[in-house]
Amino acid sequence: MSMINYASREINCKLVYYGPGLGGKTTNLEFVYNKVAPGSRGKMISLATETERTLFFDFLPVDLGTIRGFKVKFHLYTVPGQVYYNASRKLILKGVDGVVFVADSQIERMDANIEAMQNLYENMVQHGYDLTKIPFAVQYNKRDLPNAAPIAELQAAVNPGWTVDEPARQRPVPDPYHESEFLVWQEDGHWIERAPYFEAVAVTGDGVFDTLKAISKSVVKTLG
Amino acid sequence: MPRPFSSGWSPPWHESPPLTGASSWSFREEDSLRIHDILRGFLGETNARTALIVDRAGQLVATVGEAPVFDPTAFASLTAADFSANDQLARMLGEAEFGALFHQGERESMYLADVARRVILVVLFDNRTTLGLVKLRVKPAVGQLNQVFTEMFDRDGTSAPGVESAFLGEAEDEIDKLFGS
Repeated sequence: MSMINYASREINCKLVYYGPGLGGKTTNLEFVYNKVAPGSRGKMISLATETERTLFFDFLPVDLGTIRGFKVKFHLYTVPGQVYYNASRKLILKGVDGVVFVADSQIERMDANIEAMQNLYENMVQHGYDLTKIPFAVQYNKRDLPNAAPIAELQAAVNPGWTVDEPARQRPVPDPYHESEFLVWQEDGHWIERAPYFEAVAVTGDGVFDTLKAISKSVVKTLG
Repeated sequence: MPRPFSSGWSPPWHESPPLTGASSWSFREEDSLRIHDILRGFLGETNARTALIVDRAGQLVATVGEAPVFDPTAFASLTAADFSANDQLARMLGEAEFGALFHQGERESMYLADVARRVILVVLFDNRTTLGLVKLRVKPAVGQLNQVFTEMFDRDGTSAPGVESAFLGEAEDEIDKLFGS
Protein backbone atom coordinates (compact mmCIF):
# COMPACT_ATOMS: atom_id res chain seq x y z
CA MET A 1 0.00 0.00 0.00
CA SER A 2 2.45 2.65 -1.12
CA MET A 3 1.32 6.10 -0.18
CA ILE A 4 1.69 9.01 -2.58
CA ASN A 5 1.53 12.18 -0.51
CA TYR A 6 0.86 14.99 -2.99
CA ALA A 7 0.82 17.55 -0.18
CA SER A 8 4.35 16.86 1.05
CA ARG A 9 5.44 15.45 -2.38
CA GLU A 10 6.54 12.17 -0.83
CA ILE A 11 6.21 8.53 -1.87
CA ASN A 12 6.86 5.93 0.80
CA CYS A 13 7.19 2.23 -0.02
CA LYS A 14 7.29 -0.56 2.53
CA LEU A 15 9.57 -3.56 1.96
CA VAL A 16 9.46 -6.50 4.36
CA TYR A 17 12.20 -9.11 4.82
CA TYR A 18 10.57 -12.37 5.90
CA GLY A 19 11.96 -15.82 6.61
CA PRO A 20 12.97 -18.43 9.17
CA GLY A 21 14.78 -17.60 12.41
CA LEU A 22 18.53 -16.88 12.17
CA GLY A 23 18.29 -16.81 8.38
CA GLY A 24 19.95 -13.39 8.00
CA LYS A 25 17.10 -10.87 7.70
CA THR A 26 18.54 -8.46 10.25
CA THR A 27 22.02 -8.98 8.75
CA ASN A 28 20.67 -7.82 5.37
CA LEU A 29 19.43 -4.59 6.93
CA GLU A 30 22.63 -4.07 8.92
CA PHE A 31 24.68 -4.40 5.75
CA VAL A 32 22.49 -1.87 3.94
CA TYR A 33 22.72 0.47 6.93
CA ASN A 34 26.53 0.27 6.95
CA LYS A 35 27.00 0.67 3.21
CA VAL A 36 24.45 3.28 2.19
CA ALA A 37 25.68 6.88 2.50
CA PRO A 38 24.62 8.25 5.92
CA GLY A 39 22.77 11.11 4.24
CA SER A 40 20.56 8.62 2.40
CA ARG A 41 19.37 6.58 5.34
CA GLY A 42 17.72 7.23 8.66
CA LYS A 43 18.21 5.66 12.03
CA MET A 44 17.97 1.87 12.24
CA ILE A 45 15.60 0.70 14.93
CA SER A 46 15.77 -2.84 16.29
CA LEU A 47 13.21 -4.11 18.72
CA ALA A 48 15.19 -7.14 19.83
CA THR A 49 15.56 -9.38 22.87
CA GLU A 50 18.63 -9.25 25.12
CA THR A 51 20.15 -12.01 22.99
CA GLU A 52 19.70 -9.91 19.85
CA ARG A 53 16.88 -12.00 18.44
CA THR A 54 14.29 -9.84 16.70
CA LEU A 55 11.31 -9.46 19.03
CA PHE A 56 9.05 -7.24 16.96
CA PHE A 57 10.90 -5.79 13.96
CA ASP A 58 13.94 -3.96 12.63
CA PHE A 59 13.30 -0.79 10.70
CA LEU A 60 15.53 1.13 8.32
CA PRO A 61 14.35 4.06 6.20
CA VAL A 62 16.34 4.62 2.99
CA ASP A 63 15.96 7.81 0.99
CA LEU A 64 16.14 7.47 -2.78
CA GLY A 65 16.25 11.23 -3.30
CA THR A 66 13.90 13.53 -5.21
CA ILE A 67 12.57 12.19 -8.49
CA ARG A 68 10.33 14.36 -10.67
CA GLY A 69 9.50 16.48 -7.64
CA PHE A 70 8.74 13.55 -5.31
CA LYS A 71 10.89 12.52 -2.36
CA VAL A 72 10.97 8.72 -2.61
CA LYS A 73 11.64 6.64 0.49
CA PHE A 74 11.88 2.91 1.07
CA HIS A 75 11.02 1.69 4.52
CA LEU A 76 12.80 -1.63 5.13
CA TYR A 77 11.41 -3.91 7.82
CA THR A 78 12.31 -7.35 9.08
CA VAL A 79 9.99 -9.62 11.03
CA PRO A 80 10.92 -11.96 13.89
CA GLY A 81 11.93 -15.32 12.47
CA GLN A 82 10.87 -17.35 15.44
CA VAL A 83 7.44 -18.96 15.06
CA TYR A 84 6.72 -17.96 18.65
CA TYR A 85 6.39 -14.34 17.52
CA ASN A 86 3.90 -14.96 14.71
CA ALA A 87 1.46 -12.34 16.01
CA SER A 88 4.03 -9.58 15.57
CA ARG A 89 5.23 -11.03 12.22
CA LYS A 90 1.75 -10.62 10.86
CA LEU A 91 1.40 -7.02 12.00
CA ILE A 92 4.48 -5.93 10.10
CA LEU A 93 3.00 -7.14 6.80
CA LYS A 94 0.25 -4.53 7.06
CA GLY A 95 0.48 -2.25 4.03
CA VAL A 96 3.48 -4.08 2.53
CA ASP A 97 4.56 -3.12 -1.02
CA GLY A 98 7.22 -5.76 -1.58
CA VAL A 99 8.48 -8.91 0.16
CA VAL A 100 11.94 -10.47 0.27
CA PHE A 101 11.95 -14.00 1.60
CA VAL A 102 15.36 -14.71 3.13
CA ALA A 103 15.86 -18.47 3.10
CA ASP A 104 18.65 -20.21 5.01
CA SER A 105 20.52 -22.38 2.48
CA GLN A 106 21.69 -24.91 5.05
CA ILE A 107 20.20 -28.31 4.28
CA GLU A 108 19.18 -28.72 7.94
CA ARG A 109 17.01 -25.59 7.65
CA MET A 110 14.95 -26.83 4.70
CA ASP A 111 11.88 -27.58 6.82
CA ALA A 112 12.19 -24.23 8.62
CA ASN A 113 12.29 -22.45 5.22
CA ILE A 114 9.20 -24.27 3.98
CA GLU A 115 7.35 -23.59 7.22
CA ALA A 116 8.23 -19.88 7.09
CA MET A 117 7.16 -19.62 3.43
CA GLN A 118 3.87 -21.28 4.20
CA ASN A 119 3.43 -18.95 7.17
CA LEU A 120 4.13 -15.94 4.91
CA TYR A 121 1.41 -16.99 2.48
CA GLU A 122 -1.03 -17.55 5.32
CA ASN A 123 -0.31 -14.20 6.96
CA MET A 124 -0.60 -12.39 3.62
CA VAL A 125 -3.95 -14.06 2.98
CA GLN A 126 -5.17 -12.94 6.38
CA HIS A 127 -4.44 -9.34 5.36
CA GLY A 128 -6.28 -9.96 2.08
CA TYR A 129 -3.06 -9.74 0.02
CA ASP A 130 -1.96 -12.10 -2.74
CA LEU A 131 1.77 -12.70 -2.80
CA THR A 132 1.61 -13.54 -6.50
CA LYS A 133 0.32 -10.04 -7.25
CA ILE A 134 2.88 -7.94 -5.41
CA PRO A 135 6.66 -7.60 -5.86
CA PHE A 136 8.26 -10.65 -4.30
CA ALA A 137 11.81 -12.04 -4.35
CA VAL A 138 13.55 -14.98 -2.71
CA GLN A 139 17.08 -14.71 -1.36
CA TYR A 140 19.07 -17.87 -0.64
CA ASN A 141 21.42 -16.76 2.08
CA LYS A 142 24.53 -18.43 3.54
CA ARG A 143 25.70 -19.75 0.15
CA ASP A 144 29.25 -19.88 1.52
CA LEU A 145 28.51 -22.64 4.03
CA PRO A 146 29.65 -26.19 3.21
CA ASN A 147 26.24 -27.60 4.11
CA ALA A 148 24.37 -25.26 1.74
CA ALA A 149 21.79 -27.18 -0.31
CA PRO A 150 21.94 -26.96 -4.13
CA ILE A 151 19.91 -24.08 -5.58
CA ALA A 152 17.72 -26.44 -7.64
CA GLU A 153 16.72 -28.27 -4.47
CA LEU A 154 15.95 -25.04 -2.63
CA GLN A 155 13.95 -23.67 -5.56
CA ALA A 156 11.86 -26.85 -5.76
CA ALA A 157 11.09 -26.74 -2.05
CA VAL A 158 10.84 -23.03 -1.23
CA ASN A 159 9.97 -21.35 -4.52
CA PRO A 160 8.16 -23.98 -6.63
CA GLY A 161 5.96 -21.40 -8.37
CA TRP A 162 2.28 -21.00 -9.03
CA THR A 163 0.05 -21.58 -12.03
CA VAL A 164 -0.64 -18.64 -14.34
CA ASP A 165 -4.30 -18.67 -15.29
CA GLU A 166 -4.64 -15.32 -17.11
CA PRO A 167 -4.14 -16.04 -20.85
CA ALA A 168 -2.48 -12.63 -21.37
CA ARG A 169 0.33 -13.60 -19.02
CA GLN A 170 0.86 -17.07 -20.45
CA ARG A 171 4.09 -16.40 -22.32
CA PRO A 172 7.70 -17.25 -21.51
CA VAL A 173 9.46 -14.63 -19.39
CA PRO A 174 13.23 -15.09 -19.15
CA ASP A 175 14.78 -14.63 -15.71
CA PRO A 176 16.80 -11.41 -16.11
CA TYR A 177 19.13 -12.46 -13.29
CA HIS A 178 19.97 -16.01 -14.46
CA GLU A 179 20.87 -16.97 -17.99
CA SER A 180 18.69 -19.64 -19.64
CA GLU A 181 16.27 -19.71 -16.72
CA PHE A 182 12.69 -18.46 -16.77
CA LEU A 183 10.32 -16.67 -14.38
CA VAL A 184 7.30 -17.80 -16.41
CA TRP A 185 7.41 -21.02 -18.41
CA GLN A 186 5.26 -23.89 -19.62
CA GLU A 187 5.50 -27.33 -18.06
CA ASP A 188 3.27 -30.36 -18.61
CA GLY A 189 0.71 -28.15 -20.35
CA HIS A 190 0.57 -25.57 -17.52
CA TRP A 191 2.04 -22.10 -17.31
CA ILE A 192 4.09 -21.63 -14.16
CA GLU A 193 5.49 -18.48 -12.58
CA ARG A 194 7.97 -18.20 -9.74
CA ALA A 195 9.57 -15.37 -7.81
CA PRO A 196 13.03 -14.19 -8.90
CA TYR A 197 15.77 -15.54 -6.68
CA PHE A 198 19.18 -14.32 -5.54
CA GLU A 199 22.12 -16.05 -3.92
CA ALA A 200 23.64 -14.23 -0.96
CA VAL A 201 26.13 -14.22 1.86
CA ALA A 202 24.59 -11.46 3.95
CA VAL A 203 27.45 -11.25 6.46
CA THR A 204 29.84 -10.20 3.69
CA GLY A 205 27.14 -8.35 1.75
CA ASP A 206 27.24 -10.60 -1.32
CA GLY A 207 23.85 -10.47 -3.01
CA VAL A 208 22.33 -8.07 -0.49
CA PHE A 209 22.13 -5.10 -2.83
CA ASP A 210 21.24 -7.29 -5.84
CA THR A 211 18.16 -8.42 -3.94
CA LEU A 212 17.30 -4.94 -2.71
CA LYS A 213 17.73 -3.41 -6.16
CA ALA A 214 15.45 -6.00 -7.76
CA ILE A 215 12.66 -5.68 -5.20
CA SER A 216 12.78 -1.89 -5.08
CA LYS A 217 12.63 -1.64 -8.88
CA SER A 218 9.63 -3.97 -8.92
CA VAL A 219 7.92 -1.81 -6.28
CA VAL A 220 8.62 1.42 -8.18
CA LYS A 221 7.00 -0.14 -11.29
CA THR A 222 3.75 -0.57 -9.36
CA LEU A 223 3.51 3.21 -8.83
CA GLY A 224 2.96 3.96 -12.52
CA MET B 1 -5.12 -27.02 -11.87
CA PRO B 2 -2.64 -26.38 -9.07
CA ARG B 3 1.00 -27.06 -9.66
CA PRO B 4 2.19 -30.19 -7.90
CA PHE B 5 4.45 -29.01 -5.09
CA SER B 6 7.39 -31.21 -4.37
CA SER B 7 7.44 -30.00 -0.77
CA GLY B 8 3.97 -31.36 -0.13
CA TRP B 9 2.06 -28.15 0.43
CA SER B 10 0.20 -25.83 -1.84
CA PRO B 11 -0.01 -22.11 -1.26
CA PRO B 12 -3.48 -20.97 -0.27
CA TRP B 13 -4.05 -18.72 -3.29
CA HIS B 14 -5.48 -21.71 -5.10
CA GLU B 15 -8.26 -21.77 -2.55
CA SER B 16 -8.71 -18.02 -2.16
CA PRO B 17 -8.73 -16.40 -5.62
CA PRO B 18 -10.32 -13.04 -4.71
CA LEU B 19 -7.18 -11.70 -3.02
CA THR B 20 -5.42 -8.69 -4.49
CA GLY B 21 -2.15 -6.90 -4.13
CA ALA B 22 -2.01 -4.14 -1.54
CA SER B 23 -3.54 -1.02 -3.05
CA SER B 24 -1.99 2.42 -3.18
CA TRP B 25 -3.62 5.54 -1.88
CA SER B 26 -2.85 9.16 -2.43
CA PHE B 27 -2.94 12.20 -0.24
CA ARG B 28 -3.67 15.43 -2.08
CA GLU B 29 -3.05 19.08 -1.38
CA GLU B 30 -6.75 19.70 -0.64
CA ASP B 31 -6.81 16.74 1.79
CA SER B 32 -3.81 18.21 3.54
CA LEU B 33 -5.49 21.61 3.90
CA ARG B 34 -8.65 20.12 5.41
CA ILE B 35 -6.66 17.99 7.83
CA HIS B 36 -4.42 20.88 8.85
CA ASP B 37 -7.50 23.04 9.52
CA ILE B 38 -9.04 20.38 11.75
CA LEU B 39 -5.82 19.75 13.66
CA ARG B 40 -4.92 23.43 14.04
CA GLY B 41 -8.36 24.00 15.55
CA PHE B 42 -7.87 21.05 17.89
CA LEU B 43 -4.43 22.22 19.02
CA GLY B 44 -5.79 25.73 19.65
CA GLU B 45 -8.60 24.38 21.80
CA THR B 46 -6.44 22.06 23.87
CA ASN B 47 -3.03 23.75 23.99
CA ALA B 48 -1.46 20.42 22.99
CA ARG B 49 1.94 20.77 21.28
CA THR B 50 1.81 18.63 18.16
CA ALA B 51 -0.64 16.48 16.25
CA LEU B 52 0.59 13.84 13.80
CA ILE B 53 -1.25 11.59 11.41
CA VAL B 54 0.39 8.21 10.83
CA ASP B 55 -0.96 5.49 8.57
CA ARG B 56 -1.33 1.93 9.82
CA ALA B 57 1.59 0.80 7.68
CA GLY B 58 3.89 3.14 9.62
CA GLN B 59 4.18 6.14 7.33
CA LEU B 60 3.90 9.72 8.48
CA VAL B 61 1.08 11.51 6.66
CA ALA B 62 0.93 14.94 8.33
CA THR B 63 2.38 16.98 11.20
CA VAL B 64 0.74 20.09 12.66
CA GLY B 65 1.92 22.32 15.51
CA GLU B 66 5.40 22.44 17.01
CA ALA B 67 7.93 20.59 14.84
CA PRO B 68 8.99 17.37 16.60
CA VAL B 69 12.59 17.24 17.84
CA PHE B 70 12.77 13.47 17.26
CA ASP B 71 13.15 11.44 14.06
CA PRO B 72 9.57 11.54 12.70
CA THR B 73 10.05 8.55 10.36
CA ALA B 74 11.14 6.26 13.19
CA PHE B 75 8.42 7.68 15.40
CA ALA B 76 5.76 6.87 12.79
CA SER B 77 6.89 3.26 12.36
CA LEU B 78 6.91 2.68 16.12
CA THR B 79 3.51 4.34 16.52
CA ALA B 80 1.93 2.05 13.93
CA ALA B 81 3.51 -1.01 15.56
CA ASP B 82 2.36 0.14 19.00
CA PHE B 83 -1.19 0.69 17.81
CA SER B 84 -1.32 -2.61 15.90
CA ALA B 85 0.01 -4.58 18.86
CA ASN B 86 -2.61 -3.00 21.12
CA ASP B 87 -5.30 -3.77 18.55
CA GLN B 88 -4.42 -7.45 18.83
CA LEU B 89 -4.39 -7.25 22.62
CA ALA B 90 -7.89 -5.76 22.48
CA ARG B 91 -9.08 -8.70 20.40
CA MET B 92 -7.62 -11.13 22.89
CA LEU B 93 -9.70 -9.42 25.57
CA GLY B 94 -12.79 -9.76 23.42
CA GLU B 95 -12.86 -6.09 22.38
CA ALA B 96 -13.20 -5.15 18.72
CA GLU B 97 -10.47 -2.53 19.23
CA PHE B 98 -8.96 -0.05 21.63
CA GLY B 99 -10.13 3.12 19.94
CA ALA B 100 -7.55 5.17 21.81
CA LEU B 101 -4.30 4.74 23.78
CA PHE B 102 -2.59 6.96 26.30
CA HIS B 103 1.09 6.94 27.24
CA GLN B 104 1.94 9.07 30.24
CA GLY B 105 5.38 10.51 30.86
CA GLU B 106 6.69 12.76 33.59
CA ARG B 107 6.64 15.81 31.33
CA GLU B 108 5.55 14.63 27.88
CA SER B 109 2.56 12.44 27.14
CA MET B 110 0.93 11.08 24.04
CA TYR B 111 -2.61 10.20 23.14
CA LEU B 112 -3.36 8.02 20.13
CA ALA B 113 -6.73 7.64 18.48
CA ASP B 114 -7.94 5.53 15.56
CA VAL B 115 -9.22 7.37 12.48
CA ALA B 116 -11.33 5.48 9.94
CA ARG B 117 -9.48 2.21 10.78
CA ARG B 118 -6.71 3.29 8.41
CA VAL B 119 -4.72 6.01 10.13
CA ILE B 120 -3.82 7.07 13.65
CA LEU B 121 -4.03 10.53 15.20
CA VAL B 122 -1.15 11.10 17.63
CA VAL B 123 -1.38 14.02 20.04
CA LEU B 124 1.75 15.10 21.92
CA PHE B 125 1.16 17.28 24.96
CA ASP B 126 2.81 18.44 28.17
CA ASN B 127 1.70 20.05 31.42
CA ARG B 128 0.32 23.11 29.64
CA THR B 129 -2.85 21.06 29.19
CA THR B 130 -4.58 18.05 30.74
CA LEU B 131 -5.48 14.58 29.58
CA GLY B 132 -9.12 15.38 30.32
CA LEU B 133 -9.18 18.33 27.95
CA VAL B 134 -7.34 16.39 25.22
CA LYS B 135 -9.83 13.50 25.52
CA LEU B 136 -12.78 15.86 25.49
CA ARG B 137 -11.68 17.72 22.37
CA VAL B 138 -10.24 14.78 20.46
CA LYS B 139 -13.63 13.17 19.87
CA PRO B 140 -15.09 15.83 17.58
CA ALA B 141 -11.71 16.19 15.84
CA VAL B 142 -11.60 12.43 15.17
CA GLY B 143 -15.18 12.61 13.88
CA GLN B 144 -14.17 15.26 11.33
CA LEU B 145 -11.00 13.40 10.38
CA ASN B 146 -13.00 10.20 9.92
CA GLN B 147 -15.09 11.97 7.33
CA VAL B 148 -12.10 13.36 5.44
CA PHE B 149 -10.22 10.04 5.38
CA THR B 150 -13.27 7.98 4.50
CA GLU B 151 -13.88 10.25 1.50
CA MET B 152 -10.21 10.00 0.57
CA PHE B 153 -10.13 6.19 0.66
CA ASP B 154 -13.45 5.92 -1.20
CA ARG B 155 -12.07 8.16 -3.91
CA ASP B 156 -8.79 6.25 -4.38
CA GLY B 157 -8.76 3.28 -6.65
CA THR B 158 -11.11 5.11 -9.00
CA SER B 159 -9.28 8.33 -9.71
CA ALA B 160 -5.92 8.17 -7.95
CA PRO B 161 -3.38 9.73 -10.27
CA GLY B 162 -0.22 7.64 -10.73
CA VAL B 163 3.25 9.01 -11.22
CA GLU B 164 4.30 10.27 -14.66
CA SER B 165 5.94 7.73 -16.96
CA ALA B 166 9.41 9.39 -16.91
CA PHE B 167 9.41 8.87 -13.15
CA LEU B 168 9.94 5.12 -13.44
CA GLY B 169 13.10 5.32 -15.54
CA GLU B 170 14.62 7.97 -13.30
CA ALA B 171 13.70 6.02 -10.17
CA GLU B 172 15.45 2.92 -11.57
CA ASP B 173 18.58 4.99 -12.25
CA GLU B 174 18.54 6.33 -8.70
CA ILE B 175 18.11 2.80 -7.31
CA ASP B 176 21.18 1.69 -9.31
CA LYS B 177 23.18 4.64 -8.00
CA LEU B 178 22.16 4.22 -4.37
CA PHE B 179 22.45 0.45 -4.18
CA GLY B 180 25.32 0.06 -6.65
CA SER B 181 24.85 -0.83 -10.32
